Amino acid sequence: MKIAVCIKQVPEGDARLRIDADGISIADGDLATEINESDQYALESGLRLAESQGGDVVVVCLGPDRAEEAIRRALAMGAARAIHLNDPAFQGGDAAATARALAAAIERENVDLVLTGLQSDDAGWAQTGPILAARLGWPSATLIMEIEPEGDTIKVKRELEAGWFQWVRLPLPALLTIQSGISTVRYATLKGIMGAKKKEIAKVTPADIGLAPDEVGGAGRKTRSTRLYEPEKVTGAEIIEGDTATAVATLVEKLQKEAKVL
Amino acid sequence: MAGAIWAVTESGDDGLKSISFEVIACGQALAEALGTPLEAVVMAADGSAAAEALATKRVDAVRVIEGPALAPYTPDAHTAALAQAIEAESPSLILFPHTYQVRDWVPRLAAEVDGGFISDVIAHRVDGDGTVFVRQPYQGKLNSDVVFTGDGPNIVSLQLGAYLADDAAGGDTAAEIVKQPVDLADVASRTEVLETFQEVADRVDLSRADVIVAVGRGIGKQEQIPIVEELSEALGAQLAASRPVCDNEWLPMDRQIGSSGQTVTPKLYVAVGISGAIQHLVGMKNSGTIVAINKDPNAPVFSISNYGIVGDLFEIVPELTNQIREVKGTG
Repeated sequence: MKIAVCIKQVPEGDARLRIDADGISIADGDLATEINESDQYALESGLRLAESQGGDVVVVCLGPDRAEEAIRRALAMGAARAIHLNDPAFQGGDAAATARALAAAIERENVDLVLTGLQSDDAGWAQTGPILAARLGWPSATLIMEIEPEGDTIKVKRELEAGWFQWVRLPLPALLTIQSGISTVRYATLKGIMGAKKKEIAKVTPADIGLAPDEVGGAGRKTRSTRLYEPEKVTGAEIIEGDTATAVATLVEKLQKEAKVL
Repeated sequence: MAGAIWAVTESGDDGLKSISFEVIACGQALAEALGTPLEAVVMAADGSAAAEALATKRVDAVRVIEGPALAPYTPDAHTAALAQAIEAESPSLILFPHTYQVRDWVPRLAAEVDGGFISDVIAHRVDGDGTVFVRQPYQGKLNSDVVFTGDGPNIVSLQLGAYLADDAAGGDTAAEIVKQPVDLADVASRTEVLETFQEVADRVDLSRADVIVAVGRGIGKQEQIPIVEELSEALGAQLAASRPVCDNEWLPMDRQIGSSGQTVTPKLYVAVGISGAIQHLVGMKNSGTIVAINKDPNAPVFSISNYGIVGDLFEIVPELTNQIREVKGTG
C-alpha cells in the first residue's frame, strides 16, 4: 500500500505567540514549532498501515525552509521520503489554495491512500483534507478513529458528535482525516534520526507540479485574513493573587459567600 | 440584485437539529444588515417536518432539498445535491453550523462549486470593508478577521454556540415552503454506511453532576491523576477530563468533556491544567461557576471563568483539597 501523509509545521502548543509587524501573521524569529498534533497521528497511522500491509509512506508538506525540521522528524519516525512544496508563491494561501497545491503534487505519486490530520492547530480550518480529496476526485471520510484495510476497499470508524461513532466503507484510492488519539505516536529513535539524514526530500515549485504561481498561495486564495489580534477579554476571570495558601483561602471564601456553591 | 442568503440546516435521525436555529439567528442578522432575503434550507430524505418548524421563523422562504439519497448522510450525495441547488439559485452567501458532519462534506462542496469557505466563525460585522467574519485561530488564543476575495459562491460555517438559537426571531406569517428540484439519480455515493453506534452503553452521565473537577494536559502524566481525584472526592464531584487526557488513556473516554465528549452545565466546574481549546470550552462554558487553575495567565480558559488562580497546579490543588475538607468538616 502506497500512502501519502500530509503534515503541517505549526507553533508548539504552549509557544508564546507574537503578532508580526504585518498584523496578519505570527512573528517567526525564535518560534518553537512541531508537527501539527493530528498530523502526527496521521503519520503514525500511515506508518502502521505500511508496516502491516507492505508499502511505504511519502510525507508531503507545504511550508517555508524552516518546515524542513518537521519533515526530517517525519522521516526519522519512519517515512521513506518527502515532498516539500517550498516556494514563495505557495505562501499565504488559504485551505483552498493549499489543497490545490497538495493535490497537484500527490497526483504525480501513484498512491492508494492519503492521510491528513483533522485540522491544523494554527489556522484550524478543518478543510484542507476534504478539499484535497475533492480535487483528486477521490472519496473521503473525516475524524477517523480506526482503519481496517480490506484490499480494494477500506473500512474506517468515524467519530460523530456526543460519543457516537460510525463505520463506513470506501473504495480506494481515498483520503482520510485522522483524529488525535487514534493510536500512540512513536518517538523517533536515534537510528531513525541518523537514517533520516540520508532520505530524499524533493523540493517542489509550482512549475514542477504543473501549476501557475497565481493558482497557489496568496494569489490563489479565496479568503483573506485582514487582521490578527488578541481577543478582547470581555468576561475574564477574577484572578486571585497571593501565595498558594492565601489565594486558595480567598477562592474558597468566594465560592462559599459570592458564588454560594460550597 | 444579490441572491439570497441561505441558512443551511442539519437534520439527523431525530429530525431537525436544534443547532439549525443558531444558523437562522446569524442569517437574520446578516440579511438585515445587507438588505438581502434570507432562506432556510432543509436537506433530508423527508424534510416536511423540518420545513414546517423553520417556516415559523422570520425567513423569506424555506427551501427543501429532498431525496432518499440524503439519508443516511454521505458526503457525495450531500455535495451533489447542494451543488445543483447553488448552480440553479446563485445564493450570495451560504451559512452552515460547524458540525462534524459539515466538516465532512462542506469543504468538498466548496471545491465542487469552486467557492471560498470561511469555517468556524464566531462573529461577523458589516462595515466599510464589506462583510467581515471573525475566527479564532491558534486554538482560540488569537482572533482573526477574514473576508472573501471573490464573488463566490461564498460559504461560512458558524462555531457551535457562537450565535444563540433563541435569537432566531419568529415570523409574522408562516414562510413559503419551496421544493428545490435536484436530480440525484446519477449520484453513486462511494461511502457505504455500515453501522452507527455509541461506544459505551453504560457510560458515566456527567450532565447530571452538580460539581465537576476536570483535568487537562497540564497534569503531565497518569501517575499524577490522584491529585485531582482527591480534590474531586473532597468536593463530592465527578471527575472529568479534556481530550488529550483521554487520548493518552490517563482517564477513560467517557469522562471527556467537549465537542467530541459530553456537554455539561454543573453548578461548579473546576478546570485544572486545562488551557481551554474551543473544543473543550463548548462542552462546559454554560456551567454556573467556573474556576480555572493554570500556569499560563494567557490560557483561553480564564476568559470564560469566574475565578482563576495562575500558578503551579501541583501546589494549588493539594492546598485546595485540604481547605475544602476543612470547610466541609471532613478534614
